[in-house]
Amino acid sequence: MAVSAAVPQKIRESAGDRIFLAIVYTVLILVVIVVLYPLIFIISSSISSPAAVTSGRVWLWPVDISFKGFKVLFSTHEIISGYANSIFYTAAGTLISVTLTIMIAYPLSRRAFFGRNALMMIITFTMIFSGGLIPTYMVVRELHLIDTRWALLIPNAIWVWQVIIARSFFQSSIPEELLEASEIDGCSDMRFIRSVVLPLSKPIIAVLVLMYAVGQWNSYFDALIYLKSADLFPLQLVLRSIIIQNNTAGAMDAMAMVERQQMAELLKYALIVVATLPVLVIYPFVQRYFVQGMLVGSVKG
Amino acid sequence: MSTRTVPRNKGQGWLHTAGKKIMKHWQLHLLVIPPLLFFVIFKYYPMANAVLAFKDYNVIKGIWGSPWVGLKHFELFFENPLFWTLVKNTILLSGYLLLAGFPIPILLALMINEIRGGRFKRFVQLVSFAPYFISTVVMVSIIMLFLAPRLGFANIALNFFGLNSVNFLGEPGMFRSIYVWSDIWQTAGYSAVIYLAALAGIDPTLYEAAKVDGASRFQKIRHVDLPGIVPTIVIILILNVGNVMAIGFEKVYLLQNPLNIANSEIIATYVYRIGLLNANYSFATAVGLFNSLINLVLLVTVNGLAKRITNNSIW
Repeated sequence: MAVSAAVPQKIRESAGDRIFLAIVYTVLILVVIVVLYPLIFIISSSISSPAAVTSGRVWLWPVDISFKGFKVLFSTHEIISGYANSIFYTAAGTLISVTLTIMIAYPLSRRAFFGRNALMMIITFTMIFSGGLIPTYMVVRELHLIDTRWALLIPNAIWVWQVIIARSFFQSSIPEELLEASEIDGCSDMRFIRSVVLPLSKPIIAVLVLMYAVGQWNSYFDALIYLKSADLFPLQLVLRSIIIQNNTAGAMDAMAMVERQQMAELLKYALIVVATLPVLVIYPFVQRYFVQGMLVGSVKG
Repeated sequence: MSTRTVPRNKGQGWLHTAGKKIMKHWQLHLLVIPPLLFFVIFKYYPMANAVLAFKDYNVIKGIWGSPWVGLKHFELFFENPLFWTLVKNTILLSGYLLLAGFPIPILLALMINEIRGGRFKRFVQLVSFAPYFISTVVMVSIIMLFLAPRLGFANIALNFFGLNSVNFLGEPGMFRSIYVWSDIWQTAGYSAVIYLAALAGIDPTLYEAAKVDGASRFQKIRHVDLPGIVPTIVIILILNVGNVMAIGFEKVYLLQNPLNIANSEIIATYVYRIGLLNANYSFATAVGLFNSLINLVLLVTVNGLAKRITNNSIW
């Protein structure tokens, strides 16, 4: 095949290549449809009329647009309190997690830290072996954290993966020269962290905040095993009770029997949207941080 | 390597250097104490608590005061008629997930990599990445709404084409497929990112050489792309195999119902049921420990094999 390196034009593709490319495009378009369709369907259903949803008239776009589902949801006590709780857990949990992660990841990135390899091993070992559900539960119980908000903030505060990501960022992105210069100037480690490391680490802090925040917003298992009082429940647990256990009664006390059946279905769609929207709305803006985080994390070392 | 030329003599010299190092950077060492406490209390203390598996737990005497019973709980578990069902269900579910879920992100990344820049590439990535952000509860809710026996979208569509309704979640035979394919729907785009990064790191001169040799797109993938990402593939494979027994409890538990339990009861859900719901702590700890041990053995074995065969390993 002739290669015309001097001509800056597009090199013509062979017939085989064009067919190959056409197949690639077709498959990717199918992937997009398969991924996107259920999401659009759910959003459309959530803003359609209850009757249209239950009679299966919604196929892609909303039918008889109404916001009835959302109105009922936002007048339900459990939903409001679940939302408020989730916001609290997300904010407080993220703050705790990010702080603790940086506190261990930064020293681990410094050669001057005594025992860094041993400490690193101690930490990574917990990734592949654990005491298990019951022994962990017993510890949380011994500490009297059961049925308190702390149970969702503390026992899973640090993810080893995030420590590894943060550590490799610090290792590769804080110039050695800055450290040497500051040591000559007699700057303490704390001061160095405050005035050099943290300002230079905004990208990794953003990654940590996002990962922990999404994780905290989406988690329900800790709440399931550690919480008993309904007024502490995060949104995901409320969601489970309403959709998966089909427990819609609380949301519809005031409604007539006729409407109930239809409303129950509609509520589920609306609830999914309500619980997911905050994450999905910010997602396109923060996607690059996630990609960045995964890339830093996948670097061996 | 240390830049200073302090003579390192063994014995007290080691302790001496350690002390000096810590004193010099005491602030750094102070900083790790709270996170370290976290690991000791919530990761290592539970490991010690796992001795529960060898004891008969007594609420009043506590974990350490309860009497030793040796391997009684393990024996009980192995003799349990459910034992083989649980092991089988756990392994089949993870094996299915591994076989179907492992190659798809690789294929997706290779295909995305074929598109030259532009909006479509970004759009595909944006869309395929999105479901990763959906929580497990929402994911299971979506599955249940779509597969509901009467009003679910899948059955409305089946009826539309003149087919009979199917109670998808009530069929034990369908449980694994529902679990695995919904998982792929949710995570394939996310997993593809790592491979895309590996592809981006391939030496561009290799592509030029391939072009000069007149390689077709397919040959380029076969001879440049794939060999280039083999190390990444091996690492991810090891990590996935290591997780075979640690299959996600949350989603299985939420998808489980009395009709599909024959295929959906796995070791993790059994531990939860027996341990926390029935308060049979010692027995459940033994089952959980058995699970963790198998996981550890698998990980170490696969890592060792990979090291020998491909020279790639996670440690």
